[in-house]
Amino acid sequence: MTQLPLPAGQLATPLEPLHRRLGARMVSFAGYSMPLHYAPGILAEHRHCRAAAALFDVSHMGQAVLRGKEADLAIERLVCGDIVNLAPGRQRYSLLMHESGGIRDDVMLARLDAQRLFLVMNASRKADDAAYISAALPKGVELEVLAERALLALQGPQAAVVLRRFLPGVDNLPFLGVLETALEGVSVLVSRSGYTGEDGFEISVPEDHAIRIAEILLAEPEVQPAGLGARDTLRLEAGLCLYGADIDETTNPVEAALAWVVSKRRRLAWDFVGAEAVRAAFRNGPARLRVGLRVEGRTVARGGSAIIGPDGAPVGHITSGGFSPTLNASIAMGYVRRDLSAEGTPLSVRVRGTDVPARISPLPFVPHRYVR
Amino acid sequence: MSKLRFTKDHEWVRYDGNVATVGITDHAQAELGDIVFVELPEVGRELKAGEACAVVESVKAASDVYAPLSGRVSETNNAIVQDPALVNRSAEDEGWFFRMVPTNLSELDTLMDEAAYRDFLASQQ
Repeated sequence: MTQLPLPAGQLATPLEPLHRRLGARMVSFAGYSMPLHYAPGILAEHRHCRAAAALFDVSHMGQAVLRGKEADLAIERLVCGDIVNLAPGRQRYSLLMHESGGIRDDVMLARLDAQRLFLVMNASRKADDAAYISAALPKGVELEVLAERALLALQGPQAAVVLRRFLPGVDNLPFLGVLETALEGVSVLVSRSGYTGEDGFEISVPEDHAIRIAEILLAEPEVQPAGLGARDTLRLEAGLCLYGADIDETTNPVEAALAWVVSKRRRLAWDFVGAEAVRAAFRNGPARLRVGLRVEGRTVARGGSAIIGPDGAPVGHITSGGFSPTLNASIAMGYVRRDLSAEGTPLSVRVRGTDVPARISPLPFVPHRYVR
Repeated sequence: MSKLRFTKDHEWVRYDGNVATVGITDHAQAELGDIVFVELPEVGRELKAGEACAVVESVKAASDVYAPLSGRVSETNNAIVQDPALVNRSAEDEGWFFRMVPTNLSELDTLMDEAAYRDFLASQQ
């Protein structure tokens, strides 16, 4: 089979040849040629992840190690979560903050040991994040971008059963636990985390071994590959934010319904970038809130669709919307005026000029099944 | 004798000397992926050739379907409203969208026949 060259300027992950071999439909995402789906299609991949285990290539995301004495204190200036009290071997979802109180990026931060933190950033933000963080670090603390590592996500109720065949005991890793270990003779960093709402793992592997490790996992009977399409419908069902759609530099954590990410200790000190604006949002209550919406019928309300209030006037907008394979229904997330954000509030969404009835729904749409 | 024609927007139209049946091509359904929702025109609606008249929504995106001919909608396929995936399974047969009574048959000759459509697809690769 002949292989088409990548378009100029397009980046590829270490797994790109494997995606082609598996017959993936490739698309450009954040500058990377990525699999949108494989032969079974988005719906089948989505359902397989909820039923068994799916393997995703998320190597486009940024990985970095923050190293040095008081690296935790240094990064705490920039994020709104408690990192100083993060125990070794534990990971936390956090937000890299903008001076305005908006969100520069949503990141996963893990403590490897006293002087090393591991950071996972969004593909679209990683270059900016790395430059911004590096410039803000004091002497003696360094950010090392791990450009030569791939990242695999093994997600689904069977993920632990599969992975423990290669990493005995890995099923004892708690949710958001992190482990530096060896997998098939390769040093890897495994975390019990993911972005599907299912139990699962993210595995950081040196790029030279990425295809081999992926193939080993794909050879297990429970595992099927899944692309970005299923990753998006899964995270939407799980009520998780997509950076650039549901959150960005113009949304603060409080209105984004991510107030829980602002750790208690940080709410006493208010000593992170953007803290004043976040504090004001807490004090005054936000004018709008991120909510879930169940749309009547099967009309899909995509990002940008207006949300219409009882009097026919716009009261917000959709930021992510799609068809939920699990619920067999149209679901969306968006921002609405806070006085209209209560569960069950009847609203409508404007799709192609027609107002389709919708109701505020609790998030997540599909319950999380993390191990606790 | 029925005539099968194709548009550049990947609709097909089969004219049987009386009514024209319209759908999207197998190539179009494959490009769209899993179809989850279809919106069809009202029966009786007068369409102009090239006018957006139906919507097909897949897990990836929404796309317009354009009228290949001018005419009046005479029937719609409720089966694909109930089961949108029927369009994936049988795009050029059971997964038809609507039927119409054409008002200007010469428009048929501006469309591609099967061989021309195949060449058109090849040129798009």
